[in-house]
Amino acid sequence: MSKIEINNVYKIFGNNPNSVLPMVKDGATKETVLEETGHTVGLDNVSLKIEEGETFVCMGLSGSGKSTLIRHLNRLIDPTDGEILIEGTNVMSLNTESLIDFRRHKMSMVFQRFGLFPHKTVLQNVGYGLEMQGIEENKRNSVAMDKIQAVGLNGFENQFPAQLSGGMQQRVGLARALATDTDIMLMDEAFSALDPLIRSDMQKQLLDLQAELKKTIVFITHDLDESLRLGDHIGILNAGKLVQVGTPVEIIMNPADDYVEAFVKDVNRAKVIKAKIIMIPAAQADGIDKTNLIKVNEDQFIEEFLPQVVCNNANCEVVDRQGNTKGYITNKELQKSLSKS
Amino acid sequence: MEALKKNKKIIFNIGLLFVFVWLLITSYSQSKRKPENISELLNDFSWLGGKWPKWLDLPLMNWINVGFKALNEKYGYIFEAINNVLLYMLMLVKNFLIQAPWPLVILGVVVLTYFASGRKIGTTVFVGFCTFFIGFLHPIFWQKAIETTAIMLIGIFLCVIAGIPLGIAMARSARTRNVILPVLDLMQTIPSFCYLIPGIMLFGLGAVPAIIATFIYAVPPLVRLTDLGIRLVDKEVIEAADAFGASKKQKLLGVQLPLALPNIMQGINQCTMMALAMVVIASMIGTRGLGDEVLLGLQQLNVGRAAEAGIAIVLLAIVLDRITQSYGETLQERTTPAKKEKK
Repeated sequence: MSKIEINNVYKIFGNNPNSVLPMVKDGATKETVLEETGHTVGLDNVSLKIEEGETFVCMGLSGSGKSTLIRHLNRLIDPTDGEILIEGTNVMSLNTESLIDFRRHKMSMVFQRFGLFPHKTVLQNVGYGLEMQGIEENKRNSVAMDKIQAVGLNGFENQFPAQLSGGMQQRVGLARALATDTDIMLMDEAFSALDPLIRSDMQKQLLDLQAELKKTIVFITHDLDESLRLGDHIGILNAGKLVQVGTPVEIIMNPADDYVEAFVKDVNRAKVIKAKIIMIPAAQADGIDKTNLIKVNEDQFIEEFLPQVVCNNANCEVVDRQGNTKGYITNKELQKSLSKS
Repeated sequence: MEALKKNKKIIFNIGLLFVFVWLLITSYSQSKRKPENISELLNDFSWLGGKWPKWLDLPLMNWINVGFKALNEKYGYIFEAINNVLLYMLMLVKNFLIQAPWPLVILGVVVLTYFASGRKIGTTVFVGFCTFFIGFLHPIFWQKAIETTAIMLIGIFLCVIAGIPLGIAMARSARTRNVILPVLDLMQTIPSFCYLIPGIMLFGLGAVPAIIATFIYAVPPLVRLTDLGIRLVDKEVIEAADAFGASKKQKLLGVQLPLALPNIMQGINQCTMMALAMVVIASMIGTRGLGDEVLLGLQQLNVGRAAEAGIAIVLLAIVLDRITQSYGETLQERTTPAKKEKK
């Protein structure tokens, strides 16, 4: 059973979405629907599965429906049609009370513009989810302090959000989401409002936290580099349709259509592709010149060993952590993987 | 469904047309000046030219008078009960303030201002002097100002207990807003004498109709600003509260109201100022207070007396405005401290 399962979800915005649904199901495009009925198609037959402990990045340009999609998971938005299963429970079947309970204990969320409560201190903000869970103040504050420490904001717990910089505010948002210790974290363009240096810093912090906590994270972004860095799987949305789901390498090596291809066109492949992806397995590496070899770890990115290869005009021997030979890389493979198709 | 929605509008308009026709027919049949036979109208079209025909007259005045009389006779005891409650509250406030030694009252105002303004010395001293000058202008003004203030306080109290829940209800549902907004417009545009006089007939002369009039005149800005304040709360902050599982009540009390508070305080401030504007008008129906000094000055053509009383009203306005306004500002600074540092 997948942690999160979305089956054939449609979302149509407008006065009377149900009347338009058959038309959308018949395959009318977003533009025709808008022109003929004045309704906007938010999501068009989206189905996907997200496994426990992975970071799933949902990517697309603005207006592609990615923020709409993430809001379906905790029902900040209700779908027009389709089902959403979280740990096997259909969230559409929940009544108001169980929905509130579900939001308190199953999921937490980080927002693009932080969504902090301006009238509460950092400590109170971080403890908000726990407050909703009905945990008493002392315990709440001690958990909140732990999380504030985890995101590196100790000393700021009694400040108000407006007194902090953007990056620090988003750390508060992150700490607030971590505090409830829910299995699932939703991050809606969480780092998009931050400047590049702080963003990269926050990405690293998230990766470090995730390595330790192993939560199921659904991350929304319009930034390809970010999605390649964070995602175990990436789903690409275009005009409400999910056009491709795959690992970062799959997306880069085999873009499903022109839209995805345009997206990945400018990616620095050397930064994304690991040695083990392009190597020729040791068993098939008969005709390779093994006289001049450089040892490369299988998890190294091309970028990291490329200069050595160029300088020494050598082939690579790919090894795992224990030093066992896994395969080889020649200039031919490097050339193939780095050239834009 | 779409077609039904369009039809709904047509049906509604047809309904309105029927009401109009019904009004025409009833007013014609009730009119005493109608021609003997309706056929005269069809033979002689002179009624189409020149003056408005006398038989084309909606007897609204009659209807209201009859209805009002019935209301007064049947439910008079309700109004009497309201009258007694309001009068009791008014006396409580008034007697407390009048019996207290005047330096103590000034001290009370100063202390209140000090804490409301977030310990601003300048505002506090200024308000203290304004309060002192009310009595200093004319000894009798001190008691009159207290009488006026008591009426206003009760009026504002009514505004707050009715206006804020109404504002919340408006912010929550667009339908409620669509119903209440025209009523607020009506309350703000209808001349105050139109409800002062029925007020007198229901509650008698004196302070209570003045309180009711103050309420009708002063409550709309509070309702509007409460509604606006709640709706202006950042959508993402509301989403955050939802996402962490806040119930409707938790969201309202923990997030929406605290964040709307600066706007609500602005509403109470507006409410206070408008209540003060009613003081002079209310004095015409025998309400005692600073307003009747202005009225006396006018009646005696005593320019000095009217001016003195006018200044006293302005001073009272300044005192009340500074207290409510600065409290709102203090609240605002607390939620946006970055602004404070820039100053």
